Formats: sequence, structure tokens, C-alpha cells
Amino acid sequence: MRFLAVSANAFPLVLALLPFLSRTENGARFQTSSETHPPPAQFVAEPGIPGGTLVISSHSEPKTLNPLLAVDSSSRKITALLNADLIHINSATQQTEPALAESWSVSDSGRRYLLHLRHGLRFSDGSPFDADDVVFSFRAYLDDRVQSPQRDLLITAGKPIRVEKIDPYTVAFSLERPYAAAERLFDGLAMLPRHLLENQLQQGTLRSAWNLATAPQAIAGLGPFRVASYAPGQRIVLERNPYYWKSDSRGTRLPYLDRISVVFAANTDAEVMRFEQGETDLIENLDAQNFALLARRQNAGHYRAVDIGPGLEYDFLFFNQNAFPSEPFPHLFERQKWFRETQFRRAVSAAIDRDALIRLAYFGRADALATLVTPGNRRWTDPAIPRPVRSLENARRLLSSCGFSWASDHSLLDPARNPVRFAITVNAGKPQQVEMATLIQQDLKDIGIQVDLDQIEFHTFMDRIFSNYRYEAAIIALADGDADPNSEFNVLSSTGTAHLWQLKSAGPIPKWQAEIDQLLDKQLITQNYEERKAIYNRIQQVVWENMPMICLVSPHILAAAKNSVGNFHPAILGDPALWNADRLFLRP
Amino acid sequence: MLSKALLAVLAALHIAVLFAGFFAPYDSHQQYREFSYAPPTPVHWIDSGGRLHLRPFVYRLVPKPEFAGYEEDRTRLFPLCFFCRTSGGDSLHLFEVSGPAHLFLAGTDAYGRDVLSRLLFGGRISLASGLLGAFIAVALGTAIGAIAGYYGKWLDESAMALAEIFLSVPWLYLLLVVRALLPPHIESGSIFVLLVAVLGVVGWARPARLVRGLVLSLKRRVYVTAARGFGASGFYLLRRHILPGAGPVIATQLAWYVPQFMLAEVTLSFFGLGVSEPAPSWGNMLAALQRAYVLQSCWWLFAPAIVIVLVFAGYRQIFARYAPGAPEL
Repeated sequence: MRFLAVSANAFPLVLALLPFLSRTENGARFQTSSETHPPPAQFVAEPGIPGGTLVISSHSEPKTLNPLLAVDSSSRKITALLNADLIHINSATQQTEPALAESWSVSDSGRRYLLHLRHGLRFSDGSPFDADDVVFSFRAYLDDRVQSPQRDLLITAGKPIRVEKIDPYTVAFSLERPYAAAERLFDGLAMLPRHLLENQLQQGTLRSAWNLATAPQAIAGLGPFRVASYAPGQRIVLERNPYYWKSDSRGTRLPYLDRISVVFAANTDAEVMRFEQGETDLIENLDAQNFALLARRQNAGHYRAVDIGPGLEYDFLFFNQNAFPSEPFPHLFERQKWFRETQFRRAVSAAIDRDALIRLAYFGRADALATLVTPGNRRWTDPAIPRPVRSLENARRLLSSCGFSWASDHSLLDPARNPVRFAITVNAGKPQQVEMATLIQQDLKDIGIQVDLDQIEFHTFMDRIFSNYRYEAAIIALADGDADPNSEFNVLSSTGTAHLWQLKSAGPIPKWQAEIDQLLDKQLITQNYEERKAIYNRIQQVVWENMPMICLVSPHILAAAKNSVGNFHPAILGDPALWNADRLFLRP
Repeated sequence: MLSKALLAVLAALHIAVLFAGFFAPYDSHQQYREFSYAPPTPVHWIDSGGRLHLRPFVYRLVPKPEFAGYEEDRTRLFPLCFFCRTSGGDSLHLFEVSGPAHLFLAGTDAYGRDVLSRLLFGGRISLASGLLGAFIAVALGTAIGAIAGYYGKWLDESAMALAEIFLSVPWLYLLLVVRALLPPHIESGSIFVLLVAVLGVVGWARPARLVRGLVLSLKRRVYVTAARGFGASGFYLLRRHILPGAGPVIATQLAWYVPQFMLAEVTLSFFGLGVSEPAPSWGNMLAALQRAYVLQSCWWLFAPAIVIVLVFAGYRQIFARYAPGAPEL
């Protein structure tokens, strides 16, 4: 799943869950041998004390409680607590683990998955859960009228995944084409109660089901909590699901908490103030400045602020390399000649002082990036790629090597002696990105490039990047929902729907891009971890050498909780601090 | 007393902004990245040994680790230099200090840029947009209002209908739309001109209605009727007899609109949609206050807010003086 971390405020918005499965024609077999991984991060949950209400905040109200439609971060935060999936990616280990399905097997062809469900599971309204609910849920995800954003994920080689009930506790899934790490697809797909929603699916009204006006009794899930009450503009209260299937090492039924009360704050700053005043117990998705505020006072405040290092978000600068039949605005064609020059992009990268970006825009709470695979993605990052260091000398050498020169006033001239100047478009609602653009503006002035800053409102920004391409360069942040290389398919593939710098292409693609496309297809059908890792390392190297995107920084995941919150252990995947909500507890 | 003080402050502010190059110790774009969010530099007369110095001096600032602020390096003092020329440059400054020390009298922003210098240079854009916008709006409004009021009939009706339409235009949204339609590589200077033009063109309706009302009453005065009887043309009557009578009203309208239009620029830049970085304006400087960290930790970044309040109060004072019956501060 791909999350686009651009929004009118500082929060990631799930923009689209884009189809990365619908490529590659080749139907090679893959082995069903298990992957070998580097040692996973250990998180041993402390046995907790049942009871209590955890108060958290959300920067906005959820738009829906329907997991089929939840795309904004506030809705997803709630639906993730209400629902469960068949196979789950553990946020701490970044690996799959059994959830509603207690085990699974893969056929030799790599196209057929057999999932064995746990026995005796019940929805939060007490109704039993079995294979019929699984088949129903997938029907709902795949239904055209529902338009679930996850639908595209379930379509391989143009055909939807086939779901078949074998017996009440066994379900078979058939893919049109083998696909590496396909079990990761099941993560985040909520299993729905057929008895409550079947009529609405048949009548085509499932999109309007489970909205905020729905009575709590009419909503049921398999997650650790269920809806207790909702007060518009104030809060939504979730209560413990008495039928939840997990228990801790001592046999105590989870979740520990009786209730989670989610209060609505106007924005992040308001969330921070509420937390500081002790109104909420836990706060996540902090930005570096607010984190600095909290960290400074943490001893007096009886809470702890945690920086777990870089997550999966990567912020990058890219140039408009889209192909146009006619020039959409003056000078673009002339400037695209520079943008398509690899040495030019590398020179720009070399001139950027990433350390200053980290220090000034992120208060040191970010890591410098060479490629889109962040240091937080421990399993897939290529350690051989050097950390980018600013070198004006190197930048000047690269520019000279492709015919650029300098005028007497030190301004850069292109091979046709035109002054080099371009605009960086940024979303005015993201302060860190505006700050980075302002710093880059100064950095590039040092090699004679005049940069204009084009700060625009969020919706205009999205239009310019995705629909009318009226920009020269832009800074954006993307964040992945998964650490697996497949989640980057859309960005890296020349036909990807998030291949931002060239969503519209014409004519032959560069040789290096062809190599990336080929390697992406190859990794998709390679099952062995080491082989896949080698392929992905090569992809990262090609990206680093050719810089279609100039990766800048990866912000750290920052959260804080009162000392009384037990098992508070933020992770980079999923909801940073609530991924283990079933094990969170309150100390007396 | 207060009103005189306000007017003096307003005048001083305009002079300081006009001669920003002289009063500002630094270039408004210059980033001193090692001094991000530095508080105002203390100016001393007495050194750490207790000795009094006739010429004020500063100490060099040293960042503390972990972004925990700054401390003074008291081993060496750096006297302020008045009426100095920048090293290498030829511009004359009221005061400055030689490196490696810095004189950030109003502290620095996120990029380590001198807030005082930005305030002075930024005032050029903010004040000019207020003055120019108000001038365009009032000039346009006076012309249309005078014609509508004097000639009446269909001219009056259509002009006033148009005024109604313009009055109902939500200017902030209009500016957002205009901003969205611009090409990406627009300079901050052009944005400024555009802002002023849009503000002026949208703002003519209110003064036009006022002037029209005045002209309607003035054109029936005896001296105007007499002049018309001697064969004076409409244009002559407007210019010679009617508009001079409306002069004080027009002047008060100007004083009323200057801060309004300045506020429009400030609002737009506050949301990051007006004047772009690195060019300073009071609005984009104020935008830093949107963040809880700055609100709680960087009190010196409130400087543009204080200046805006002073300018507002000053112009209101002018308005109050010329508009009889308006409440004084």
C-alpha cells in the first residue's frame, strides 16, 4: 500500500492504494521455501493489568467507520482498532504472522494460497466467524460499486483474486500469476460480518454502510475494540471487544483496556497542548518541533517522548520530465533539457546540504537519504550506497562535464548560454517542506542556480503534480504502508501511477529506467530473500546513480505517552503507537 | 498624547522601512544556519570583569548541543560599529558588528536570518501593498463614484449594480484562485504587484458608493448650479467644484483602506500563499507563529505582530483625526 504523505496539514493522507500487481506478463514459477530474514526486532510485551480508559487524540474526526472505504488517517486509526485481518504484518518485526488465519500454505505454482482459519472466533456482536465471512469480505472488496481503494491490490495480471470456501475453516485464494510475498497482501484487509452487511452488498448500498450516524450495535468487527459511542465534534469512545480471540502469556484475555476514548483536536498543535496538559495519555505522529517541546519538559511532565528513528517516509525533490505535445507554460521545454540530464540532477543533489535540512527543518530528527529506501527499512536498505554529503566542487565538476558554464556574476549558464533558473513547487501546508525548499534555494544559489519558490495550497499542489503537470520541480513526501519492495513498484516503474517525475511519457525510456523496470519484474517473481535483496540493491544503485528523484531526508517516528501507559512501544509500520493497542495497559 | 505618540511611531516606522538598507544590519535573505532560532543578542556596556565601556558591545553566540539554545562566549567582546560600511560592500549601515560575532537585535528565524532586517525589508512589501492597494481602490472608486453620481441614469444604475457584485466577491478566495492559475516560476515581485492589483480592483466598490452619495448631494449646491448655468462642462464641474468638496472624505477613506489592504497581504502570506520565500513580508514572517513550538519558545518572532498592531493603530488615528465623529483611540 502506498500512502502519500502530503496533505493540507502535517498528516499523511492515504491518497491511493495503487495497483502494482497488474504488470509483468511472465508467469514463471516460484518456490514455496520460506524466506530467510535478518534477525527481527524483539518486542516482548509485558503482562498488563486489565481495566481503565486510554484517552488519545485525533487531529480530525473520522470520515467513516467502514474499513472498505477508510482512506484518511483519522478513519484508519479507528477502523484498525475495530477490525482484524487474516494474516498480519507485525509492526515491530516487519514480518507476517498468523492472525485470523492460524496457518497458511502455498502451492508449488505459487499461485494458490490455502488459509486455515482459527476455530471458535466471534465478531464483536457475538456472531460466529467462518469461511463464509471471508468469501463475503473479498466479494465486498472486489465489488465495483463499493470502489474500495484496496480493490486494485487484489487484481493480478488484470484478473481479480479468486476466493473459494473449501470447508467452514479453510479458504483457498488463487492468483492469476505468482507474486513474491503475496501473503503480505492480506495485511490490513478487514474481515467483515456477512450477517450484517450482505443485504447492503446485494443492494449496492455498502458504500453508505457504517457511517458515523450508524448505531454502534449495527457495527461489528474482529478487532480488539468495538464502538461504544460517538459524539460529533467531541469524541468517539471504543470499548473492549469481549469476544476478541487473543490472550497474553498468562492467559489473560486481551485487550487490557476497557475503553479507548479518541478526542478530536483541531490540529497537531492543539493535540500537543492537550497532551501537555494531561488531558490525553498518548500522542503519535509528532513533528520534530513539537517533539522538542515535549522532550524538553518530559521529566516534569510524567511522560516520555520516544524517537524510534527514521520511518518509511521519504521526502524528495523531483523535476517535471513529463512529455507534452505543446509547451504548457513558457520556458518548460528549455528547462526540461536540463531536468533530463543525469549529471544536472546529480549536481543539484551534490549541492544540497542535507545536514542543514535535518538540523533546521527537523531539529535533527531525520536521516539523510540517498535513495527512496529509508534506513528505517532495515531488511531492504542497501548499506553499500554512501550517505550523501554536500560537495560544491563535485556539483561544479558534474555541471561542467555536461556543458554548463558560469557567467561573470557566478550565475550558471546552460550549454546554450541561457541562465539556469527554475521554480520549486511546495505544499504551503507542510512547514517542513517549505523550510527545506527555502534552504535548497540558498544551497543552489551557491552553484549559480536561481530557484524560485512556488508555495501553493494543497489541492492546487496535488492538481499540479498529478493532473495538469504545471510545475518545474517539486518537493513531496511519500510514505509506505509496507516495507516490502513491492510497495515501491508504483514509484519506480516507468508505468507506475506514482512515477511522479514522468507520469506522462513519450518515446523510448532511458536505458537505466529500462533496467529498473526489468529488475522490478524480476523481483516480483523471486521468492528467495537473498536473491530478491540483491535485485533490490541493484535497483537502489541505479536510482542513486541516475537520481530521477533527489531523495532528501526521512523523518523520524516521534511519539509520547504518559509513564502510566504500559507496553508503549512505537513502531515504524502501521499506526506508530496503537499498532499493539490490544496490549496497551494503564498502570495504577 | 497617545495619539501623537502613535503618529510619531507610524512616521518613524515608515522612514525605517523606506531606508531599510541603512537601518537593517544584515541582508534579509542571508541565512546564518548555525544560529537557527537565536534569541535577541544582548547588547552590553559592562563586561564580565565589571568594567564599563562607553561603546556598547556584544559577545559571540555559541550554540549549545542538542538544540538547547545559545550561550555567550565571554572571552572576547565585539564593539558595535556605528555608521560603518559592510566589509567588502559599499552600503552604509546605522550599526553593525564585525565577525565572528553577530548582532541579531530581534533574534533570528528558523533559518538563522536576522528578524530585524527582515522586518524592515518586509515592511516595504507590506506597507507598499497597503498604500498602493488603497490608492488604486480609492482612485478607481472616486472616478466611478463621481461619474455615477454626476451623470446618474443608466450609468449610475449599472455602476452601482456592478459595485454590489464586487462587494459580494470573497476576495480571499478570489486571490486563491488567481494564485492557483499563475505559472510556477513567478517572482515574489510579480506576486506582490498582482496582489496589489487584485486588491485594488476588487476594493473600489465601497469608496465608489460613498463618493457617489457625496457627488449626488454636492451637484445640487447653488455654486455648482451657477457654474453649470455659465456653461461649465460636466468634467470641469467635477474637477473644479464637486471633487474638491469630497476631498476630506476621500482622504479618510485612504487612511481607512491602507491597513485593510495591508492586512489582506498579511493574511495571504500568513497562509504561505502571498509573497514567497526568501523575500520577507510581515505576513510570511508571522506565518512562523502558526507552530506551537515557536509560540511557546520564540517570543521574539512576535515582532511582526507588534509592528502590525502599531501600524493599524497609527492609521486609525489618522482616520479619526480627519473623520469627524469617528472615535479617537
